[in-house]
This record gives sequence, C-alpha cells and structure tokens, in this order.
Amino acid sequence: MKYEAIVIGASSGGLNALTFLFSALPPGFSIPIIVVQHVGSRSDSQWIDLLNDKSKLHIKEADEKEKIEPGHTYIAPPNYHLLVEKDKTFSLAASERVNFARPSIDVLFESAAEAYKDKLIGIILTGSNADGTAGMQKVKACGGLAIVQDPETAESPLMPASVIANTAIDYVLPLENIINLLLKLY
Amino acid sequence: MEYKDTSDIEISLLLDAVYKKYGYDFRQYSEAHIRRRIMNRLTLSGLGSISQMQDFVLHDKSFASLLIQDLSITVTEMFRDPDFYKALREKVIPVLKTYPFIKIWHAGCSTGEEAYSMAIILREEGLYERTTIYATDFNQQALNKAKEGIFPAGLMKEYTLNYQLSGGKESFAGYYTSSYDMAIINQALKKNIVWANHNLVTDSVFAEVHLVLCRNVLIYFERSLQNKVQKLFYDSLTNGGVLCLGSKESLRFSDLQGEYAVLDQKRRIFKKKYE
Ligand SMILES: C[S@@+](CC[C@H](N)C(=O)[O-])C[C@H]1O[C@@H](n2cnc3c(N)ncnc32)[C@H](O)[C@@H]1O
Repeated sequence: MKYEAIVIGASSGGLNALTFLFSALPPGFSIPIIVVQHVGSRSDSQWIDLLNDKSKLHIKEADEKEKIEPGHTYIAPPNYHLLVEKDKTFSLAASERVNFARPSIDVLFESAAEAYKDKLIGIILTGSNADGTAGMQKVKACGGLAIVQDPETAESPLMPASVIANTAIDYVLPLENIINLLLKLY
Repeated sequence: MEYKDTSDIEISLLLDAVYKKYGYDFRQYSEAHIRRRIMNRLTLSGLGSISQMQDFVLHDKSFASLLIQDLSITVTEMFRDPDFYKALREKVIPVLKTYPFIKIWHAGCSTGEEAYSMAIILREEGLYERTTIYATDFNQQALNKAKEGIFPAGLMKEYTLNYQLSGGKESFAGYYTSSYDMAIINQALKKNIVWANHNLVTDSVFAEVHLVLCRNVLIYFERSLQNKVQKLFYDSLTNGGVLCLGSKESLRFSDLQGEYAVLDQKRRIFKKKYE
C-alpha cells in the first residue's frame, strides 16, 4: 500500500461532508484518517460520537501521545491544535490560533507532511476561509497526494477554491468521486 | 547510504546551542511543535537556514531571547475550562478547608490568569487569608506581566462568561478596576501570591504544598520528561495533597500513576495516596 495516512481539513459545511464520507467508507478501510473540522472553542465532542455511530470505521477524538493505528479515524479536539510526530504519535498544543482557527488545518497538514512525506494524502473539503492552503502546499512539497473537493459541489466553496488557486492539485472532485478514488488507492 | 533529514540535525543542534549557552532545555519537548515555532521564527527573521539561526542564537542575545519566547507558549485565560474550576470548587476546596494553613503551587503560571482565578475562588470560599499561592514559570517576561496583573479590558467579557460557567456567583467586575482599555486586578487578590522563576526541567522541588496545578504545560513535553516532572510534583505534595493537570493531560505516562487516587477523571484531578 503506497499511502500510510490521510489528513482531512473541513470548515463550514464540514459536518455534512464528513458524515457523507464516513458513511460510505467500508469497514476494512485501513489507512488511518486524521481530521481537523473547525468548531467553536466551547463546543463539546458529541458530534464525534454521532459521526462514529454513522460510520463503519472506528472514529475517536485524538489523545495526546496516542499512537496512530490503521483502521482508525482521529479527530482534533476543540480548542487544541493537533500535530503528528515523526514517530507517528499525536501531540496537542494550546498555542495561538492559526488562520483564526484552533485546531488549524495548516498545523495538522504541515506536521503530517513532515512525518509521512510522500506517503500522505491531503484532502480539503468545504469551508469559507483559507486555512489549509499552506498545509496543502507543504503536503505537495513533501511528495504527497493532494485532493480537493470541487468548489462547485461544496457547501462553502472558498476553502477548496483557495487551495486550488495556490497549489498544483492532483484531483479536484465531488465527494462521491473522492470516495471512489480512496477506495482505489487503498 | 541513507542520509538523515538535514532539518532534524539542525534543530537538534540549535536546541543544544540554546541549552549550552542559556541553560533553557527544550531538547525533550515534543518535536513537531518545536519545529513549527522554529520554522516560524526562521521565516520572520529572513535568514536562510536553521544553521544560520544557530549562529545568531549564539552571538546575539536579543535574538536568542526572541526564540526562547517563541518556544515557551504562554497562551492562557482566566477560568480556562470552566468545568475544571467547578470541579475544583466541589471536590478540592473541601479538602483544603481541613488545613489550618494552605500552600498552593501553580507550575507554569504564564501571565498569571490561572493564579488570579484561584485567588478569586479562595476568597469566595473564605480561604484566601490562610493561603500562600506560589506561582512559578521559567519565562521571566510572562512572570513580570503576571505580577502587574493588568489585562486587556477586551478580554473581560470572555473571562466573565468563564467565571459564571465555573459556578461563580459574585460580580466578576468587582475583582478588577477598569482604566481606559485595561483591567487591573485588585490588590487584595495579589497579596498572598508569591511569583518566582522556576524551571521544571532543570530546577528541583520548589516547596511542600497541598495542591499543585500544572495545566497545559506537560502536553509540550515528551513522555520521559513528563515522567520526570511528575516525580517533582509527587515529591512536592503532602500526603493527601491534590494534583490538577490540563484537560488533555493525564498520568498515563507517569510511573507514579498508582500513587494517586482519581478525584475527577474528566477534569484530571488526582489525590496523592498516604504513604
Ligand atoms: C500554555 S501556558 C499554561 C498557563 C496556565 N497554566 C494555563 O493552563 O492556562 C504554559 C506555560 O508553561 C511554561 N513552561 C514551559 N516549559 C516550562 C519549564 N520547563 N519550566 C517552567 N515553566 C515552563 C511556559 O513559559 C508557559 O508560560
């Protein structure tokens, strides 16, 4: 298997998109998935349980120093940045917001690109800000694969459009086709 | 032949230089975050490589001090994680009430918001007069700010909400005076707080205390360093003393996990067992 991890960034409209995506991925999908979804700083983690209920994958909030395992999906906790260490464990940081966001997509993508190099797939979904653009550039610079939700099909087109405008993207696709592509790649 | 990543080598050499020259030891902090901070400073500095930064760190004190500030994350709030303070009121205050004199240690107090929050709770619970709060950090700039106790007035709305969510029933505005765009913490809250410079990595036990709060500091440390610092807290605590960690921190990597009883798992409050 060429790819060892997938990072996903989503903002406004992301809950619907993630629900669609995770309802479709089959139980044997083994590449670990790491997600930053922008949420309010006072929000709790209930939505993660709801997402887990709808998915055949094991979805949980990422813990500090947790080892990244195949077949698992990890979500950044509200109000913390989520980073990947080179030994494929998580770090959390309560440092300043990046692009007005904590967790920030850039912070996850940049650290994951350092850790996984060309074995990483980056996916940017719906959103109405520019977080994720620098992160995706880093994914590409390290040799990873860049996938972006077609802005025309996204609930909020700005975030995917910003990535496309600033990076050489491998695939720009509607959600259904992203799912099909992932099923082929793993 | 396999080459190691150049930036890995450069970062490790840079951290060595900071330690050897200035005594601040970041060598066992979590790498991904340290890397991020260093890369940000590199971009801001306009220098060409981390190796060039090392040259500046060794020969230019003010540049070194900038970098050391970057590596120490001082983001904090009053009544951060209101749930935690609520549990503190309900589960820890009753323990403290049994002592004639109370000593509390805030390790990694940053600019003081956490220690002032504690002072407010102690006052409301009638314990402040018999308490000494030691608030320590290795970041002198942060400590100086903490001592002043002057915060941007714009933050008070958020802090008031935190305070109320934490179970505070008084008027939060009574704890500070506003002056232009500043909020100045009342002198009465300051008088029993002792601010001191202390480095958790390189200094030894600070004082014997009944309560240690070390929140959102250990997440930046590797496991082995977390374990070492946990030993420091254990040695500082009296029997039956209480340890409070940040909401994403735990005793999982500590050899001493078995030496504590859990007072509140979700809010990360632990009680040292009697030896
Ligand atoms: C994110 S702040 C936490 C402030 C407060 N406890 C809170 O939870 O809001 C972390 C603080 O730990 C301090 N710190 C980091 N490493 C330290 C060390 N080795 N010794 C003492 N303080 C340290 C930093 O300077 C910073 O002020």
